[in-house]
Amino acid sequence: MKINQQDVEHVARLARLSLSPEDLKIMTGQMDAVLGYVDKLNELDTDGIEPMAHAVPMTNAFREDEITEPIGVERTLQNAPQQADNYFKVPKIIE
Amino acid sequence: MNSRYEVVIGLEVHVQLTTRTKIFCGCSTEFGQGVNSQTCPVCLGLPGALPVLNRQVVEDAIKAGLATNCQITPRSIFARKNYFYPDLPKGYQISQFELPICEHGWLDIETEELGGKRLGITRIHMEEDAGKLLHNSDNSSSVDLNRACTPLLEVVSEPDMRSSEEAIAYLKQLHQIVVYLGICDGNLDEGSFRCDANVSIRPWGQKELGTRSELKNLNSFRYIKQAIEYEVERQIDVIDAGEKVVQETRLFDPDAGVSRSMRGKEEAHDYRYFPDPDLLPVDVSADWIEQVRKSLPELSTAKLQRYQGEIGLPAYDAGVISSDRPLAEYFEAVVKHYNNPKICSNWVMGEVLGALKDKKLEISACPVTPELLAGVLIRIDDKTISGKIAKTVFEKIWQTGNTADQIIEEKGLKQVTDTGAIEAIVDEVIAANPDQVAEYRGGKEKLMGFFVGQVMKASKGKANPGMANQLLKKKL
Repeated sequence: MKINQQDVEHVARLARLSLSPEDLKIMTGQMDAVLGYVDKLNELDTDGIEPMAHAVPMTNAFREDEITEPIGVERTLQNAPQQADNYFKVPKIIE
Repeated sequence: MNSRYEVVIGLEVHVQLTTRTKIFCGCSTEFGQGVNSQTCPVCLGLPGALPVLNRQVVEDAIKAGLATNCQITPRSIFARKNYFYPDLPKGYQISQFELPICEHGWLDIETEELGGKRLGITRIHMEEDAGKLLHNSDNSSSVDLNRACTPLLEVVSEPDMRSSEEAIAYLKQLHQIVVYLGICDGNLDEGSFRCDANVSIRPWGQKELGTRSELKNLNSFRYIKQAIEYEVERQIDVIDAGEKVVQETRLFDPDAGVSRSMRGKEEAHDYRYFPDPDLLPVDVSADWIEQVRKSLPELSTAKLQRYQGEIGLPAYDAGVISSDRPLAEYFEAVVKHYNNPKICSNWVMGEVLGALKDKKLEISACPVTPELLAGVLIRIDDKTISGKIAKTVFEKIWQTGNTADQIIEEKGLKQVTDTGAIEAIVDEVIAANPDQVAEYRGGKEKLMGFFVGQVMKASKGKANPGMANQLLKKKL
């Protein structure tokens, strides 16, 4: 086993996912299988091969430092579940 | 210095860059705009929006790296730092983890206690800032995302500092460098230069580092010093009480002079970094580095050395003038028009800084331009006016913006160097003060000052003091 149920619970908590006991069992099995596969890949000799940073063989996609029009506060807040005085309003997170 | 414990400090500084636009989108970075008015799908973290890197941010990072003796990484990559907080709309911050753009740098500092010391810089990486959170009284928080995606450089030091003095010396120098480079406005109040301090203690001679705490929210050099000193005392108390220091984040409260633990942050430190698939690697060629190196301004440490060495200013003058780039440039412009650095520095540090302080102005707003000031100094040098009259002329230039020559002409301030004219005044002074003349002749030579003063007064300051002195000596 590469991964146990506690590991999955920990990762789920970090991702704010609540998993039922059944889901937890399934996820543990699936994640273990994924990591098992990665282990298999790790058997390959990759000495002297530069780690790949990106799937596309390109670098340096830049923009110049020029201002573009913002979308405006109305559209910015259009999807906000709650708002007040042009702010997004959220539950307080520091006591 | 504590006799039982060695203090170990490492610093993380967030430098907000002065680019016009954000790091991954074209929204303006201007401070103080309407709430949520400087936003777009990218910095709001809307689904499907793609970040594109601002070239200027890379350029500024290279500048900072070169100025702090770092190696510039030929290929650096961006990573996602995953955590949930309401000021972070995407649920991750785009930052750099493996392969930051700069590594292995150092700064040399001077402290009174220890003299010179070299402090290591582990890395400098590029990242985006989060939004701003306001906490309301009704159990809610308000989020403004104008600041989200603003470009930052995070400068991480080695744990090389052994006292709060060293930490401050390092910070002041780093601050001076980024402001000199023109990549940061250096405004601590507005959060353009923010510092977190990692502090731990260990018994002298112990190799392993003690458990550290991370001090956050330090937005003035004074608070940083206070917070570090408070933390060292707190950790000594904890250990002396037989307890263990726990690794935690603490928030310094400058009003109370204490720091408080921010609970519940432990799990949040599990950031699960991974390379951001939305951004391509950044390749920095040797050519690009050379190009940036050539564009760097002369930095304060180099100016300090040059002022003391090549142009022979006293250490104090050199220190004051080199500490601020606009001031140094002003000074150098004065010297360009009047090549006597010591006289120039006397006037810049005396009249100019004094008047600016009085009027609460920055050097950039000084109404007396370097050329106008040099005009005054040239007229002292060629004896058209005395140093005393020059101060009046300086004030008039400040008020009117006219040249020294215009003011001297207009107000008739030209120094009297005509022997006949001064002689006449000298004769009057001698005739008017028979008692003092008798005393002087009786051996009280100190009275020469009195006579010169009388001549100057009678001439309304326009007599050449050297000539007055000579004539008086001759006649008395």
